[in-house]
Amino acid sequence: MKRSHNLSQLKAGQCALVTRIDTAGTMRRRLMDLGLTPNTEVMCLGHSPLGDPSAYLIRGAVIAIRAKDSQNIIIETE
Amino acid sequence: MGLTSHSTGTNALDSGLVIQRQHAEEKVIALAGNPNVGKSTVFNSLTGMKQHTGNWPGKTVANAQGRCTCEGQPCILIDLPGTYSLMAHSAEEEIARNFLCFGNPDAVAVICDASCLERNLNLVLQALEISSRVVVCLNLMDEAEKKGIRIQTELLSKRLGVPVISTIARNKKSLSALTRALCQITEKTESSVYHVVYPEPVEKALSALIPVIQEKTGGQPDSRWLALRLLDSDDSLLCEIRSCLGEAFLNDKDVKNALEQASAILLEAGINTESFRDLVTSSLITAAEKLCQDVVTMEQPAYQFRDWKLDRILTSRLFGYPAMFLLLAFLLWLTITGANYPSQVLADFLFRFQDLLTAWFRQLHAPEWLHSMLVLGVYRVVAWIVSVMLPPMAIFFPLFTLLEDMGYLPRLAYNLDKPFQCCHACGKQALCMAMGFGCNAAGVTGCRIIDSERERLLAILTNSFVPCNGRFPILITLITVFFAGMSGSHGTSFLCALLLTLTITLGIGMTFAVTWALSVTLLRGVPSAFTLELPPYRRPQIGSVIVRSIFDRTLFVLGRAVVVAVPAGLIIWFMANITWSGTTLLHLCASALDPFARLMGLDGVILIAFLLGFPANEIVMPVIFMAYLAQGTLTEPGDLASIKALLLSHGWTFTTAVSMILFSLFHWPCSTTLLTVHKETNSLRWTVLAALLPTAAGICLCMLFTGICRILPWF
Repeated sequence: MKRSHNLSQLKAGQCALVTRIDTAGTMRRRLMDLGLTPNTEVMCLGHSPLGDPSAYLIRGAVIAIRAKDSQNIIIETE
Repeated sequence: MGLTSHSTGTNALDSGLVIQRQHAEEKVIALAGNPNVGKSTVFNSLTGMKQHTGNWPGKTVANAQGRCTCEGQPCILIDLPGTYSLMAHSAEEEIARNFLCFGNPDAVAVICDASCLERNLNLVLQALEISSRVVVCLNLMDEAEKKGIRIQTELLSKRLGVPVISTIARNKKSLSALTRALCQITEKTESSVYHVVYPEPVEKALSALIPVIQEKTGGQPDSRWLALRLLDSDDSLLCEIRSCLGEAFLNDKDVKNALEQASAILLEAGINTESFRDLVTSSLITAAEKLCQDVVTMEQPAYQFRDWKLDRILTSRLFGYPAMFLLLAFLLWLTITGANYPSQVLADFLFRFQDLLTAWFRQLHAPEWLHSMLVLGVYRVVAWIVSVMLPPMAIFFPLFTLLEDMGYLPRLAYNLDKPFQCCHACGKQALCMAMGFGCNAAGVTGCRIIDSERERLLAILTNSFVPCNGRFPILITLITVFFAGMSGSHGTSFLCALLLTLTITLGIGMTFAVTWALSVTLLRGVPSAFTLELPPYRRPQIGSVIVRSIFDRTLFVLGRAVVVAVPAGLIIWFMANITWSGTTLLHLCASALDPFARLMGLDGVILIAFLLGFPANEIVMPVIFMAYLAQGTLTEPGDLASIKALLLSHGWTFTTAVSMILFSLFHWPCSTTLLTVHKETNSLRWTVLAALLPTAAGICLCMLFTGICRILPWF
């Protein structure tokens, strides 16, 4: 069953597929430059000591993203 | 940018984009690439220069240039800051983009991380749109092979239409193919390189615009690229186009008409500016994906969950912060314990040499005042600085560099981002703060990695709240003499390291407090976009780290301190020996400052020392000793017991020591740091504020502490 939610809800070790990026401007371009486009697979690796930001594996690189930004990245999990 | 003789001190003020050609036939080659793919290592291997390298994204924030010879052809190499894309977001990305687009290099080497090729190709494709004289360099090939990644370089080269060379930058031999390819490509005139094909409406709009641009500019810069950027209408780029091609180009009637026509084509297809940018970016990424098919084969996913093992401890909820604290304490403990013995030996040697000097002066029948000025005035201050500063620096710098080489620093930013976020600032400020431990001027320049102007200012203004290595000797001496005890046993050195770590933690705490205070008053705003790449841990190159950090950082910083110490020693000597109606000038100045200094728990001499230490904080302690010694008995500095006796005989108490520690943490930044702040902010107002903030904080804290001590009876 496919469920959609946002990237910030992903727990450590979980994988998901990006469906949509609901943010505009600089942040949107930056995320896309990092390869975070629709249909990209991401994995959540863990969270920093205070729970935010979290580290994600995106196209072979580990990128830290804040919760307020990852909330706008809509994902789909199996 | 790290801490080297090129990045610390006044050299931290980089000279911008001026290429110093020695001959007309010299070729200009730019090194571009994603952050942290080893551009600086390639640069160093090619030029034999000592541009600092480290394992964290954003280390190179300014253009570094160097010379090399490729097959007899003299070349100038430009090491650009790392960028993911040429549609710049931050100051450093803008530097890279502007140079590639308008610096007109003869060749561009795009350095890629072989284990992460697909994402790196995004930049390659953008570089190909600007220039056809591109060489793709697949760096870190050894790491990729270890992960079971195979790359068909020939197939990739055929698809891209440019040479693809695989290298291991740490191995100099593997770079000869790169230099050969670069040399050949500078001669290349016509070529058929791969161009990204955009969706149909975009291509249609482009074909309406390109001929007009071609006619106006003669194809320099590339018309297709310029057409894309004009449609994109990015403000910072338009500004750059204006300054390079002139206002007339943007206001040209034909260009304006063609642009309107092209925009109309896009709008017809339902594409506005925002979705145009999306289309361009996603086309690039899809193209990169397609190019990688059959080129890259992996036995297993390049990065696996188990690679995160170490980070699961170092960034965990429970151990993240204690690990940071213990690591810092451990580094300082190693520094303090390791420095004890060599410090003593150096002091013995240098002061025995002083006796020798005295003997020579006697032999030559030199006047007593000359001996007193040169030997007791200048030489002793210099000897003190060398014996007290050299050992801790020679230990701390290499240790810090090892940590940097391993890739721990980005984890620092990752762990500390949340508190910075609460102060409406950026986690990358933690990286600048870490650089500040080495040199505040380098820390201030390092703030360029922060994208938002407001957050960058916050980081610049608060950088000197963490003590640089010039202030470590003051702190170590005071803590050892007054708090940890001088027995030299492991217990005392551990206590000393712990207290020093706590002192630094106080500095970090103040950084947060002041950042917060600024962000709710002068620099109001919301935190901006934040993404941070966490590179894999790498085994540090221990040998080269030690050699590099001792010869490049340590000796340079020491040299600067000595250069400042000589005139300071002279000034102190003159002040102590020129008399004005019976009292020395030093005494007059000290007593003039004394009432104010007493309020802060200090004395006039200490304040004078801090004022004289404005060019370099390293000389504060020696100047205090010189001043005290000039008024009193001669003791052998370097020996901690005699230091304590000297300080106590001049009325020092527990309160004085604490106030002095507080004031050395928080006072005006050194002159080089302030010059760098001025260069970075381009404003006198912010420079003055950068000096006032820590000074005000220091004065307030010292007065508060002294006040409390006077009220409470048990101090």
